[in-house]
Amino acid sequence: MTLEIISFVVFALLAIASALLVITAKHPVVSAMSMIFHFFMLAGLYLTLSAQFIAVMQVMVYAGAIMVLVVFAIMLLNLGDEGKLRSGFNFRKLVAWFLGGALAVQIAVLLSNGALSNTAISEKASELGTAQVIGGELFTNYIYPIEIVGILLFAAIVGAIYMAKKNLPTEE
Amino acid sequence: MQAIPMEFYLILSGILFTIGVIGVLTRRNAIIIFMSIELMLNSVNLSLVTFSSFMGDAAGEIFVFFVMAVAAAESAVGLAVILALFRKKQTVDVDKINLIKW
Repeated sequence: MTLEIISFVVFALLAIASALLVITAKHPVVSAMSMIFHFFMLAGLYLTLSAQFIAVMQVMVYAGAIMVLVVFAIMLLNLGDEGKLRSGFNFRKLVAWFLGGALAVQIAVLLSNGALSNTAISEKASELGTAQVIGGELFTNYIYPIEIVGILLFAAIVGAIYMAKKNLPTEE
Repeated sequence: MQAIPMEFYLILSGILFTIGVIGVLTRRNAIIIFMSIELMLNSVNLSLVTFSSFMGDAAGEIFVFFVMAVAAAESAVGLAVILALFRKKQTVDVDKINLIKW
């Protein structure tokens, strides 16, 4: 019982800390590394929710595939210190933090108004999270969405290759 | 079975979403903005998995699967767009990318 609480608190605090590091770090590589750490912490949180398949997918798809793309893009763009892109404290940043705080207050009010009766994880959760159940659902009840996702991924690959081609006309 | 109430996960998801929004609003590097969008997608995934586990329904986890697939497609196309823009403009500062700004 206490192990669950301790693991939730540790994963949650580390997830928030690494998310803050993502948006505040000066160097993009530091942001990317803390983003990978954040994805691992979220995978741990999925495990505390007994969603094993989603936790593994989180590590494979996000920390594996997507962040490799991001790190490759940072390498290809050869972005150094972001010095000239930062302008310190200005009016726009103030407005942005104010808007973010307003959003947080809105979410908090919505959550405090809702009456959530479920106080414990459902007993079925641990068998729901397996690859067998999710795969069975995907290939029976959700067969059309998964075919459409296949077409979407194919279109994205073709579009990405076309966009990243070298011989596009340059402006200057 | 478990002592952690549902609200804790939802509050954590709200905090992470807010951090993502602040990242999009404050940063000007296109890649950091891209990663902040991923932060927001992940926080929504967390709340979907929370509802799925607490309600005992697999639909939430199926939706997370589709969100992950769309996020993978989005990252491939988004980073290709950033690369093409960098070739054209030699910068990833979103303030300097104003081709279709009237």
